[in-house]
Amino acid sequence: MTLLSLKGVSKNFGAIQALTGIDLEIQPGEAVGLMGDNGAGKSTLVKIIAGNFPQSGGSIEIEGRQVQFHKPIDARHAGIEVVYQDLALCDNLTAAANVFLGREIKRRIGPFSYLDHQAMYDRAGELFVELKSETRPRDYVRQMSGGQRQAVAIARTRLSDPKLVLMDEPTAAISVRQVAEVLDLIKRLKETNHAVILISHRMPDVFEVCDRVAVLRRGRKVADKAIAQSTPEEVTGLITGAIEAA
Amino acid sequence: MTTETRDHAAIDQTVTTRKEMSGLQAIVRTQPFWVLVSILAIGAVMSVVSDVFMTDRNMFNVTRNFAFFGIMALGMTAVIVTAGIDLSVGSLMGLAGIVTGLVMQAGFGVGLGFLACIGMAGLVGLINGVLIAYLRLAPFVVTLGMLAITRSVAMVASNNKMIYEFGPDQELFEWIGGESVIGVPNPVWVLIILTIVFFLAFRYTTWGRWVFAVGGNADAARLAGIPVERVIVSVYVICSMCAGLAAFLLVGWFGSVTNALGLTYELNVIAASVIGGANLMGGVAYALGAPIGAALMELIRNSLLLAGIDALWQQFFVGLFIILAVLLERIRNRSGP
Ligand SMILES: Nc1ncnc2c1ncn2[C@@H]1O[C@H](COP(=O)(O)OP(=O)(O)OP(=O)(O)O)[C@@H](O)[C@H]1O
Ligand SMILES: [Mg+2]
Repeated sequence: MTLLSLKGVSKNFGAIQALTGIDLEIQPGEAVGLMGDNGAGKSTLVKIIAGNFPQSGGSIEIEGRQVQFHKPIDARHAGIEVVYQDLALCDNLTAAANVFLGREIKRRIGPFSYLDHQAMYDRAGELFVELKSETRPRDYVRQMSGGQRQAVAIARTRLSDPKLVLMDEPTAAISVRQVAEVLDLIKRLKETNHAVILISHRMPDVFEVCDRVAVLRRGRKVADKAIAQSTPEEVTGLITGAIEAA
Repeated sequence: MTTETRDHAAIDQTVTTRKEMSGLQAIVRTQPFWVLVSILAIGAVMSVVSDVFMTDRNMFNVTRNFAFFGIMALGMTAVIVTAGIDLSVGSLMGLAGIVTGLVMQAGFGVGLGFLACIGMAGLVGLINGVLIAYLRLAPFVVTLGMLAITRSVAMVASNNKMIYEFGPDQELFEWIGGESVIGVPNPVWVLIILTIVFFLAFRYTTWGRWVFAVGGNADAARLAGIPVERVIVSVYVICSMCAGLAAFLLVGWFGSVTNALGLTYELNVIAASVIGGANLMGGVAYALGAPIGAALMELIRNSLLLAGIDALWQQFFVGLFIILAVLLERIRNRSGP
């Protein structure tokens, strides 16, 4: 069954028309690359799917049922996890605290429940090992490298078993080795039947892990085709407008 | 390929076993630790140069005096963690003190007096919090307005008269604020208990975690599903209640209350929090810093007094220490990784 289906989704911020009539479908186990120039509307689309703000028009269906998210938590309950473009971390907290922010592990003694720091350190440590990241759970995010921050943001999505993971430029500002690890992670997500939407300006990333590529230009979807039937040159042309549509 | 596997195994081990620093190292890097060191140093010097300093009487007074500021600084610290500020605490003391006085003067018991005091304080905190969290007004402006409003209401309510009759429970009321248990002044007991409560709340509750998250990055906290607005309201309510509690104890100690109670206290309270390591940019603070910061301020005041320096110099040193504390914070941040 189709996991996520957008029908005619549009969004305007006052006079700014950020998205116009977007249709998009994603199947379980599928990775879709979402590409487009700066300001094309990629992050806006992700934020609508993630429940950050409502769409101005159109509808969203998850597994055939129409949904309307009011808060990010609603989307999370529906099985959607997000890695935001700006990563959305608290610099003053540890890596583990950030991973578990809003869903802390607690322990109970009689009527009192308290944070189980050790359990969160341990679990976060396991997640970082899975991600093959040298991120220490007790380190403060303030002093972390771009790649380590990325690992923290991605580890957040691994706490639950989401149906769909949205990644808004997860490979910006990280090293070659770390890019490979993020791409590996996406492949593993696909193998375990999770769906992924990958936003990236890096053509090779999209062509390496994605099954389909959708291109946005000035808020409209101008292409949506299988990776196997496209080329980086064509996608570049679609992004810039040199090719009108495909 | 084989080297890669070995690498990951090594990472495995370090990730799970390595701590960045030992507990002691972590403590040494905090501001309250260094303030505590300077308190001990000043104390050592004072006990040599002054005969009066170490006397039981002087120590009793010093600890009791700083207890009131310490109690308020705990609440203020929670507000500052969220990158907020509460300028209304001094005026609120006046209002809460007058309300307590009026209720007890009318013949009600100390229990009801206490409830009225804390209730009034909580209400003022709620108004502050709602205006700041939901209407997104700047904390500085909202609480500055509330500073004027609460003082004015206290004046009207008291009809500008001193209250010194506290009805049937007068003795008990004055005992609570003015006496001691096992040689420790009651307000100090309250401060000790409250410090432990704040310490545990900051460290072991989701509320504490969320307060710090909101101060660190409110947008990230919101995306993580944290009820940011409610967290902000809670810290202002708690801060106000701490001010109310301090007023209740202080009035009991004085045995009287005027609407000038707590005048300009907000400066000392904010100073105590900041000296105790609360970062005005939000996200960083220590529960133990509040009493330690308040203790340093009281110690300086007492030392000046004993050294025969004009009390008019007091605020000069309060101001100096605020600036020094912020400077120290800046230097530590620069030298650290
Ligand atoms: N909260 C907002 N209020 C007003 N306008 C907004 C808001 N968010 C986005 N926009 C506008 O919507 C358009 C699309 O922005 P969006 O962030 O989705 O682009 P993007 O494709 O993610 O770009 P980038 O590659 O730079 O991340 C832009 O014109 C932007 O200015
Ligand atoms: Mg974007």
